[in-house]
Amino acid sequence: MNPAESAAICQEFLDSVYTIPHGEKIKECIQCGTCSASCPSSAAMEYGPREIIASLRAGMLDKVLSSNTVWLCVSCYSCTVRCPAAIPFTDVMYELKRIQTEKKVSKDTGPTVMAKSFVAVVDKYGRNHETELLRKYFFQTNPFDGIRNIPLALRLIYRKRFHLRPRKIKGLTALKKMMSAIDNHRKEQP
Amino acid sequence: MSEKFRYSYFPGCSLMATNRAYDISTRNVAKTLGIELEEVDDWNCCGATAYMPIREKRAFVLSARNLAIASKKKDQPLATVCNACYVVLKKTNKYMAENSTLKQEIRTALLAGGMDYDGTVGVRHLLDVIVNEIGEAKVLKHVVRNLSGLRVACYSGCQLSRPFSDCDDPEYPKMMERLASWLGAEPVYFPLSAKCCGAMAMTTSRETGYALGGQILHAAKQQGAHCIVTACPLCQFNLEGYQDEISRATGKESQIPVLYFTQLLGCALGLSGQELALSESLTPVKPLLENRVGSL
Repeated sequence: MNPAESAAICQEFLDSVYTIPHGEKIKECIQCGTCSASCPSSAAMEYGPREIIASLRAGMLDKVLSSNTVWLCVSCYSCTVRCPAAIPFTDVMYELKRIQTEKKVSKDTGPTVMAKSFVAVVDKYGRNHETELLRKYFFQTNPFDGIRNIPLALRLIYRKRFHLRPRKIKGLTALKKMMSAIDNHRKEQP
Repeated sequence: MSEKFRYSYFPGCSLMATNRAYDISTRNVAKTLGIELEEVDDWNCCGATAYMPIREKRAFVLSARNLAIASKKKDQPLATVCNACYVVLKKTNKYMAENSTLKQEIRTALLAGGMDYDGTVGVRHLLDVIVNEIGEAKVLKHVVRNLSGLRVACYSGCQLSRPFSDCDDPEYPKMMERLASWLGAEPVYFPLSAKCCGAMAMTTSRETGYALGGQILHAAKQQGAHCIVTACPLCQFNLEGYQDEISRATGKESQIPVLYFTQLLGCALGLSGQELALSESLTPVKPLLENRVGSL
């Protein structure tokens, strides 16, 4: 990615962060690292939360977006409740996940496939259907991994904890209307 | 009892399948305690943590539709037992209150499907309702079995007390420990109570997931707990479903029964094994409780 493209991504990201309640606090980051120290998965991240803000300031957010970092966020909100500058960092991570998926900065990985499959299943039925979600997920990622999970699936079936047939909500048509209304609303915004 | 405890009940998707036992035990415990739970009519998925990162606005609409349906029952708050549903529904309320543009967008979208929501339905976790609303005296009136000698690791999970909630301490939640001690059980010191269980990483980034889940299981065992008690379906499943894998990955023995707080409470309230769906557990929850209180 060239510097101009990279800068454009940083700006687009900032614009969306400013729409989060208290998102503007991101400018007040003092690089103390409380977020990284609090994050249960930062050890596995190529760039921890503190480094994300540093790379944003350096105009190098694309490095973060093409790494494994953002999808390792488990949404535990530990960084958010501890940040001394009151930055809603979990929501910042959601923005990063979104921008990474929309810009297709990197190839789909396990967590992105999972999230996209989840959205597809919920859009189809109005509720999650775990069997279909996992089928979609393992089929698109690693079917062998799916096979490894068969013993667990069998234990769940034995204990009546597996629904083979999905259940649609009654108001699905109205829900779809709501969804297209919010999509259109977004497009109409400048 | 003259006071009425009536809530709109939002079970959430996982309580329909993988975590059915949580739904069954919740309904029976509520009935015993005199809490009326009216299921939100034709509820939909709350959006959880996986919808938001793909399509944010849609996620808010999903959540708001449930609240819109619940708002038809005037002044009736909503209760859920799932931490993810809880945090997402609370977040929607908070962001609607703080961001008027977003609120307008959500309302316009709801109207396209014939609904409206003004952002005012109270959202509670049932654990919070039982501990802080019903309270010790009323709970004890219904307790018929003493759980003394049962050492429990009370694990609240990360999303129950963060960051849109003020029902408990975000670092070391204590509600569940209070409840357990009312029942005669002995809560062990468990400062990992709000650490992440591994969440989605348990499926999508296994190494990370096993390390996180393992941390909880091992800490509980180290403290000499007989079981882990949870308040979230995903925590419960992650902690009970992958114990063999976690043992292999970490080289540490990780077997320990994992139950829902409603099962622990229900046992003390005299409910049967069937009413608490104990046979659906993957870990030996039923023998553990029977060991204390006799046949269930």
